Order: sequence, then C-alpha cells, then structure tokens
Amino acid sequence: MKALVWQGVNEVAVSRVPDPQMRNEQDAIVRVRKTVTCGSDLHLLGGYIPFMQRGDVLGHEFLGEVVEVGPQVRRHKVGDRVVVCSFISCGRCWYCQQELFSLCDNGNTNPAITESAWGFASGGCYGYSHALGGFAGSHAEYIRVPYADQGAFTVPDGVSDERALFASDAAPTGWMGADLGGVKPGDVVAVWGAGAVGQMAARAATLLGAERVIVIDRLDNRLRMAQTHLGVETLNYQTQDVGGELLERSGGRGPDVCIEAVGMESHSSGPQFWYDQIKQQLRLESDRPIAARAAIYHCRKGGSVFLLGVYAGLVDKFPLGALMNKGLTLRGAQQHGHRYIPMLLERMARGELVTEHLATHTMSLDEAPRGYDMFKNKHDGCVRAVFEPAA
Amino acid sequence: MRGLIKAAAVAVVGMAVRRLVSPGGGDGRWQRGPLVRRHPRWHVVTVNRSTDDVVRGKRLPEPLAGLGEAVEIRFRRAAGDRGIELAVRLRDGDRSAVIAGIERLSGRDPDQAIRAALREAKQLLETGEVLHPDYPPTTESTAVNRPLQLATRQGRREGRL
Repeated sequence: MKALVWQGVNEVAVSRVPDPQMRNEQDAIVRVRKTVTCGSDLHLLGGYIPFMQRGDVLGHEFLGEVVEVGPQVRRHKVGDRVVVCSFISCGRCWYCQQELFSLCDNGNTNPAITESAWGFASGGCYGYSHALGGFAGSHAEYIRVPYADQGAFTVPDGVSDERALFASDAAPTGWMGADLGGVKPGDVVAVWGAGAVGQMAARAATLLGAERVIVIDRLDNRLRMAQTHLGVETLNYQTQDVGGELLERSGGRGPDVCIEAVGMESHSSGPQFWYDQIKQQLRLESDRPIAARAAIYHCRKGGSVFLLGVYAGLVDKFPLGALMNKGLTLRGAQQHGHRYIPMLLERMARGELVTEHLATHTMSLDEAPRGYDMFKNKHDGCVRAVFEPAA
Repeated sequence: MRGLIKAAAVAVVGMAVRRLVSPGGGDGRWQRGPLVRRHPRWHVVTVNRSTDDVVRGKRLPEPLAGLGEAVEIRFRRAAGDRGIELAVRLRDGDRSAVIAGIERLSGRDPDQAIRAALREAKQLLETGEVLHPDYPPTTESTAVNRPLQLATRQGRREGRL
C-alpha cells in the first residue's frame, strides 16, 4: 500500500510499504478515509524525538472504515465508519479504569524506552516513534487498530468525516486541557497556541462555562480563525503586551486557568527564543518551554496550568519559584481520548463543536510531503493539512 | 543537524549501556561499583484483577509458568484495592554488575526473561492476549537506526521493571 514515511530529519516521502496485518484477536484493520497532520508530528520530523527509524509511517489522527475485524472484536463490524483515538489503550488495566487512557499499562509494545526515560511507560500511539510502540501511522491507505473495541468509535450518521476527523485527537486533547485544568463557570481562561488543539481547548473552556477565553499566538490568521469560529478573545504576543492585557482583562488577578497548547518547539519574539533555540540545537535541553514558562508566570495565584503541548525530555530555566510560591496546580497529559470521544461526537452531532475550519488544506496522500511543508512552515495560512488516501 | 542527531543517538546509547550495567536503572546503585555482587531483586507488576481470578485453579499464566524452577513467585493483594501484585525473582545467582551487564547486552540475562514474562502475564490476565507489534515492519535498517532496532528488539525485556 501507499504511505507517507519518515526518511530522516525533515525528510518524508510517499512510498510503498507492506499492508498491515491482523496481529491480535482484538485488532481491526481500517481503510483510512481522512488523516491529518498534527503539530506534534513536527517534533518527529525535526528529529527532536530520536526514536524514529527510516520507513516509519507517520500520522495518528484519522478516520476511516472498518474492513476487517478480529474474532474478539464485539463492538465493530466491517463497514463501520469509525474515528480512532490516537492513543492505544487496553481499557482494562488500572489506569484505563481510572480513565487515564494514555497511561495504559498494556498499549506500548516497547515500554523499556519510556520507562527508562520517564520512570514509567505511557501507552502506545500510532505513528509516534518506537518510544510509543512503533505502531505504523495513519498516513496510509490502511492501518491496524489494536484493542479496536476500546479505541475505535462509530461516527454518528449526522456527523461528516470532515468534522469527526478531529475527534481522533485535537478535540479530545483540547477538551482534556479544559476539563483536567479545572475550568469552571465564570473562569477567565488563557490558552497559549491557536493551532487546532489550542482552538479546541478554547472551545471546551467556553462550553464548560468560562466567562472569558483568551487565545494567544503570533499568527494573525489563526487568531482571526479563533475569533470567527469560536467567538473568543485573542492576543498577538508579537504586537501586544500579553502580561498587561491579561491583567486588564482579568481584573488584575490573572487567568484562573492557563492552558499551554504549544509544546517543545515554542516561539517567542524576545532573546528568550534564541537562548532556548541554541540550547535545544546543542542538545543542552531537549525542549523549548517558552509558552509553558509564560503560562506559569501569568497564571493567577492558586490557579491551574495544564500542559497539552508535547514535551519529550528536559527543559531549562523552569520557573519552579513561581509555581511554588503562587501555589499553582500544574498538570499535563497526553490525551485520554477514550474518555471524551463519545461525548464529543454527540456535541459534534448537535453542532456545539465544529471543526471543519481547522482543515485549511485537503489533498491526496501523494501530496502529503507538500502538505507537511506547508504545515511546518505555516504557508498559505495552513492550520492543518488533511490527506485522503483514496483520492 | 544530522551531526547533532547522531551525537544525541550516541548519548542515548551511552546512557543505555550505563543503565544496562546498572540493574537499578542508573540510580545510586551505580555508585556501589561494578564488581560488587548483588542479590537478585524482586520484579513486581500489579495486575488489575482479583486475587481469585489470578490464583484460581492454582495454575500460573503461561509466561510465568515457563520460567520453571529458576524463579520464586509471590502473590500479594495490592494496596488500595488495585488488584494483585505479582512478584518474581531468581532463586539464586548473585552476580557482579559487570557479568550482569554482559549477559544483558547479549540477551542472556535471566532478569530480561522475568521482565518479559511478567509483562506478558499481566496482559494475558487483564486483556486476554499479549499485544504484538506491527508485522511486517515498514522500517529499513540503516547504520543510524541499528542501536534503536537493538533496543526495540528488547522491548518488553528491558526497562526499570
């Protein structure tokens, strides 16, 4: 079959690879209808997560049609239109039963790598390096879905592919940031990053009752999109005083909840960016935590900071003093999508959660290298590039 | 950039080797010196099943039964109603860190077999099967990714467990 494969740092290509095979009785094989780029793929592309091998298939956010099921699959049959959670979770270990699905004990076939790096292993993830199981990604014609009863969700008839696609990752990730960040009615919420995940976090905060939601980015087209489609306030950190504006808009208190949806390749306009960029390139730190620092600094006393952006390892100049002395709650997680996807699909069906605007560019899988180039370099206002393997 | 990636890969391999000869996973045990003989330690997983589910029929899950008489196995109810703890250790065989490291690098370390058996037993008890990696793989072997391929071949046999 055809697939988009990683060939080296900042090199991807469409190649022929073997078709996926059923490996377990709880597997399904899904024909991919739509699969989308994610900002976290850029960390793999750029070599910041050094566990990729030449030939690995990229992609973890997708929707498709079931074409084969194993004998132990009960909830799905051939022909089902499903959106699949990007994380692979068994649904039966203690973590899954606590609804902490991305921490699944059984979903990662290479637990040694992350166990050694982070103390304990997280679950598996499609197309996200051998550190998270080495599972082939979704930028392909077909994909194997382990634990299909747990991770694949039938899309309601009234929800289009274009909308449901983002229930795979961006929407549940954003929702988790607002939910586990503790957003309550009346809160002021600041979201760093106006990409798809940041926008979904902002929408979730609104739906959970936040009184003011402020999205911060440097790209005007993304900020305009957030204003237009989500009805939230925005700040451009390159042209506006973020600290002053946040104080003014929160009555001098600071935001109650700060959600960071940027991750390890964060930008800023000041010398801080060059400091982190140089340290990252010299591997003196693995991640640039600029947005995380800002979220901690600007959060109100006793507030909550949630990290949705992906971090791989070690950061420098982390503001532990602000965190401790302001009594903040800091949390982060890869998405526990299984917990939210059914609810999100219902909201999508009711029109409460719209996502189509995020898919700024749709193209065939053959054009995926161009799609990644546009996505990485933010050309032509690209927020997300969607690939259609059948096109 | 490529040079930096290679440097990072070398550093990762170096850390992995350090970890390999350090049974505690690169912590303070390293400071005890590589020639000190260590007693086998317990490797423990918690299985999210009741004690009855696990010990019913007095038959061990196949991966653990396969370890035979070489190991001791202990069951204990997990704190906080989290299921049952399965603990396994070698019956004997004090080894120096150097010998253990050589065995580990060559894939003949009995602790590796214990880790894999515990992880697979836990999966069987919790989900009914052992999750297999994708096959056939789509990856190509290159000089750069060989250390990573070596590491992933030991996927369930290594780590801190």
